[in-house]
Amino acid sequence: MRPLRRGLSASRIRLLLLWAVPEQHQSPAERWAERGFSSTQGLQDGPGESSSEDQVTVHFINRDGERLTTTAKEGQSLLEVVVNHNLAIDGFGACEGTLACSTCHLIFDKEAFQKLDAISDEELDMLDLAYGLTDTSRLGCQVCVKKSMDGLTVRVPMDVSDMRKQLEVGKQSKQ
Amino acid sequence: MAGAGPRAALGACRAAGRVAAGAAAGAGAGAGRGQPPWLPALPAARWRSSPAPPPRVCVVGSGPAGFYTAQHILKHHGGALVDIYEKLPVPFGLVRFGVAPDHPEVKNVIHSFTQTAHSERCAYYGNVTVGRDVTVPELQQAYHAVVLSYGAEDNRVLGIPGENLPGVYSARAFVGWYNGLPENQDLKPDLSCETALILGHGNVALDIARILLSPLQLLRKTDITDSSLAALACSKVKRVWLVGRRGPLQVAFTIKELREMINLPGTRAVLDPADFTGLESAVKDAPRPRKRLTELMIKTALEKPAEMQAAAAGAAAPREWGLRFQRSPQEVLPSADGRRPRGVRMALTRLEGSGDSAKAIPTGDVEELECGLVLSSIGYRSLPLDPAVPFDSQRGVIPNSSGRVEGVPGLYCSGWVKRGPTGVIITTMNDSFDTAQSVLEDLQGGVLDVSPSREGFGLVESILHSRGVRPVSFSDWEKIDAAEVARGKAAGKPREKIVDPAEMLQIIGH
Repeated sequence: MRPLRRGLSASRIRLLLLWAVPEQHQSPAERWAERGFSSTQGLQDGPGESSSEDQVTVHFINRDGERLTTTAKEGQSLLEVVVNHNLAIDGFGACEGTLACSTCHLIFDKEAFQKLDAISDEELDMLDLAYGLTDTSRLGCQVCVKKSMDGLTVRVPMDVSDMRKQLEVGKQSKQ
Repeated sequence: MAGAGPRAALGACRAAGRVAAGAAAGAGAGAGRGQPPWLPALPAARWRSSPAPPPRVCVVGSGPAGFYTAQHILKHHGGALVDIYEKLPVPFGLVRFGVAPDHPEVKNVIHSFTQTAHSERCAYYGNVTVGRDVTVPELQQAYHAVVLSYGAEDNRVLGIPGENLPGVYSARAFVGWYNGLPENQDLKPDLSCETALILGHGNVALDIARILLSPLQLLRKTDITDSSLAALACSKVKRVWLVGRRGPLQVAFTIKELREMINLPGTRAVLDPADFTGLESAVKDAPRPRKRLTELMIKTALEKPAEMQAAAAGAAAPREWGLRFQRSPQEVLPSADGRRPRGVRMALTRLEGSGDSAKAIPTGDVEELECGLVLSSIGYRSLPLDPAVPFDSQRGVIPNSSGRVEGVPGLYCSGWVKRGPTGVIITTMNDSFDTAQSVLEDLQGGVLDVSPSREGFGLVESILHSRGVRPVSFSDWEKIDAAEVARGKAAGKPREKIVDPAEMLQIIGH
């Protein structure tokens, strides 16, 4: 049996689930933001956490080319960042960070990739099954945010379903 | 208002990002053009008129294919209603009945599926056998779109003499047995021999080898059924050969599962270095996954001498497993009393061609491999569901194009019944999203006419009632789930699966 690898905590699993099927086409984050809803809890970490610790800006280029920008805390994995901020990346993090799938596959630019911590055999094993594998691919659940990564841009890889254009019925116009 | 700050910024960034990307991308839905982003968007053609009735989609099968297809449609269409039908009372298909008990992390997807089932626009109806309790044409009357995601419930057969001897089982039935699939509970596999032969070099073959040879104290903490645990406790099997027709470069299993087998406590790997001669250079320029997999096998094969030393040093004779290549089964040979196999006669093969398309050609030489248990792990197979649904019996799939069933508008398919029974969960996820995209495109483009409103479950319910069928709801399943978890707790297991559908129905008061 394999040990669990950095599994998501229960609270983050709930966040992941909230994000998985929003009742409307917007995520709770978007609805709250645009209606001016405010709360000191919810998507961020537990009570008492200061948002000034969210110092690291990370950009995710989604499959449709959309840039999703968010701020992350040092030490969070990129999977946790996606989950915490309800980023609308389809099918991301199916196994919840336990190195049992490759759905949190992200592509880095060469420079950023070389600065990442060494990759383990276990991560390589799962990465080997990822769609659109590149020389600068990593699994988001195994990459931890550092202050030096401020401004990092990562790309969500295309998969087989992207051979055709992404379509969002009811999504806001892209014109 | 420290809490609101980043969130508002996130929101602003997101809206700005989306508009910018939209200008760049240029493609995508015309829906919502000029509308504020927070209004629920309407289908493009109708945004000025009164809303159309909600599209009703039916998904047949509640495994990963069914749930990922449902999830993608619900997420990307603000009004669609999706009903998921399942023939068993309990959901989740192969995630519950196929994934090995000692791979609980793979089952985490159930959390995501549960959330989908809880969505207001999603409903689950278990204990309904489509093709018998309700037909596909009847579903097409009730829904604007029907997606078939019912997987592969059968297996390929060897087609050799002796295949039906006691002691020869399909891998599918064996996996169903230890995973609590009701139809396989009577398998009663005979584990009283020392050597088992598994025909096949896929992940299912490795799963079975691992379950046969795992130390019992590891299996005890999993959701493997109690009765299979009891059978394994009495098992005499201490040697498992995985035999394939082709060579090491054609193995279908993946490196994580192989590594797990190599590291299985109390066992040693028996790989013949001669099988790997020249392969190191053959994979030098291969894609990384094939290269690493082959290198791991080579490394394990060459480590053998050290292992033998350790064994000779007085360690208890470990259980062993190994890979045999280029052997194709010709006949399962019976024991003297005909009650079990005594071995399998193999045709030795040579390879023609290379890589995935290499073919195994018999050389004329044969060999007998001794064993008392044979497991045939040569692939699952789908079955036709309903005369109204085209089916390619040769390939074992529903003929389709991007999930659109050929010649039947409004009918779609996803998962193994669409593509064939291979791949891991991400494969099925991508495939299901692909089918969901087809449904969404057809809704958007008017290919699916949603102007006649459909009754959905309202119509199906009366059909089921007239046939004496009572569906199981998702909250019913949650009662069964709670009962399984409670029973498992006493034994230190995540759950003790209930394996009798009658008992399941009893628990929910049906």
